[in-house]
Amino acid sequence: MTESGDRILVGNQREQVSRFRARVLLFVPLAAILFQVYVPRFFVFLGYLELPLLVTIYFALMRRSQIGGLFVGACIGLAQDSLSTKPLGMFGIVKTLVGYFAASVGLRIDVEHPAIRLMLTFFFYFFHQFLYWVLSRGLLGEQIAFEIQRTLVLGLLNAIVGVAVFHFLDKLREQA
Amino acid sequence: METLLHRHRDKTVLVLVIFAQLVLIAVQVRNDQDVRMIRVWSVTAVTPLARVLETVRGGGVGFFHNYIRVHDAREENRRLEAELDRLKMENLFLKSELSTADRAKALVAFQARTPSKTIAARVIASGAGANSKVVFVDRGSGSGVEKGMPVVTPDGIVGKVIAAYPTASEVMLVTDPDFAAGVISQKNHVAGTLKGQGHANCKVDYVPSEEKIEVGDLFYTSGDDRVFPRGFPVGAVLSVRSASPYKEIIVEPSGLERGLEAVLIMLEGVHQAIPEAPPANAPVYLGPPPPPAPGEQATQPSGPAGTDADRLRQHYQQLGEAQGHKFGEGLPGSKPPDFNLKLPAAGQGAAQPQAGDAETRRHGDTEKGPTPAQDPKTGVSASPRPRVPSPTPAQPSQQ
Repeated sequence: MTESGDRILVGNQREQVSRFRARVLLFVPLAAILFQVYVPRFFVFLGYLELPLLVTIYFALMRRSQIGGLFVGACIGLAQDSLSTKPLGMFGIVKTLVGYFAASVGLRIDVEHPAIRLMLTFFFYFFHQFLYWVLSRGLLGEQIAFEIQRTLVLGLLNAIVGVAVFHFLDKLREQA
Repeated sequence: METLLHRHRDKTVLVLVIFAQLVLIAVQVRNDQDVRMIRVWSVTAVTPLARVLETVRGGGVGFFHNYIRVHDAREENRRLEAELDRLKMENLFLKSELSTADRAKALVAFQARTPSKTIAARVIASGAGANSKVVFVDRGSGSGVEKGMPVVTPDGIVGKVIAAYPTASEVMLVTDPDFAAGVISQKNHVAGTLKGQGHANCKVDYVPSEEKIEVGDLFYTSGDDRVFPRGFPVGAVLSVRSASPYKEIIVEPSGLERGLEAVLIMLEGVHQAIPEAPPANAPVYLGPPPPPAPGEQATQPSGPAGTDADRLRQHYQQLGEAQGHKFGEGLPGSKPPDFNLKLPAAGQGAAQPQAGDAETRRHGDTEKGPTPAQDPKTGVSASPRPRVPSPTPAQPSQQ
């Protein structure tokens, strides 16, 4: 295995843990949620963007803390639920799991690489949508279909956007 | 445990957070029946456990209940069996008491009817020995019982006293091999000697082979033995076999047929007449013919009924009435009626015989009576009852 490969797969956790200011941790998720509920009123196609999910993935990956990741996911999800017509906890559960698993992945691989971020974002978007569909059917009894192709396309779109957003959020990290 | 939670702290927190949000969802969501999901989930989660617990509890309780019931049923079965046995014994006892009461009643009736002086006694014991045909009765010399006195029941002779004690007596039964009594058959008055054989039946000995004895014939005491008075039933013939020089006749003693509980000891015997055997072809009572159907003429008998003597007697009565003569009132030497007188309506009058004269009662008893037409109370048909003539000699009139 090459040296860059070792960096990607293992890395040094202590050196790669990103730290953010508190206001960043508060404002960015809030902004993402507001964007999702407000912008699509004017630009409908932007409604397909799952910015709260992207923010969750980013913070979980970068903080490399499973507990931190699941709390970030739970908070963002519950906030998102509070603005939706769905019961509180639907997005909360899904994003809690996404945050947890994203943090778990961030502990093992180098998530600074754009390709890794692209794939992880794509994967977690698909996981997020699928899990939400499962919970909707299982807990709420909603008879909705899971559109795989559409999900894959939107997953790719969100992954691309996510890479850009992640790059922007990297700027908000505290400097070591 | 604490170490385990600390080691998997992240997973523990994940589970708790997920669970908390699930509860949160459950609190908010309602199902189709407007029931909160948390209630549905709680019931769904608890019900199977409760069902399992209830199944286990019900099974256990049912098992113990069934066990107790089976145990109780076994006890009840045992109790019912005991009660059934007790009731059977009671039933037997009551039957025995009823039978004893019937026998006592028959004994009292017989005691009042028979001219002999008797004293009632109860069999209180049987003699020792397997083949013993001896019983003890509760009347002894203190009651006037003496050795040799006959013992009878209304059905027949039982035996004779062979020993009299102050308070009891020993009676040898007719079935004892040492027992003997003079007997005579009812039908042909064939005399013989009754002997016991040691079992249920007796035999009649010393009956010559030429004598006529048939199965079913009854034997009575003949009085020749100076023990049993004449005329007491002994038994019926079961079988007869010709042998030389005497017949072998087996008799079933009638006095022992219905068991032996109460007997009569004959203190003073009185000879009685042996009842006559019923004739084989006795007149049979025939009912009147059915009444004629509506519109059908009642047919009068075309000729006189009865015997020739009846017709002749009736003819003489009509002759006497025609000539003013009353039979039985004329003095000796007076003029008898003209028996050759031609009656003008003799044929018509003879055709109407007195039904009462021709009517035959049971066992040949005859009595005069009005014709049915003459007695409106009876409503009997006018036709006289036919009589089946008996080939046996006429019975003595009891008029």
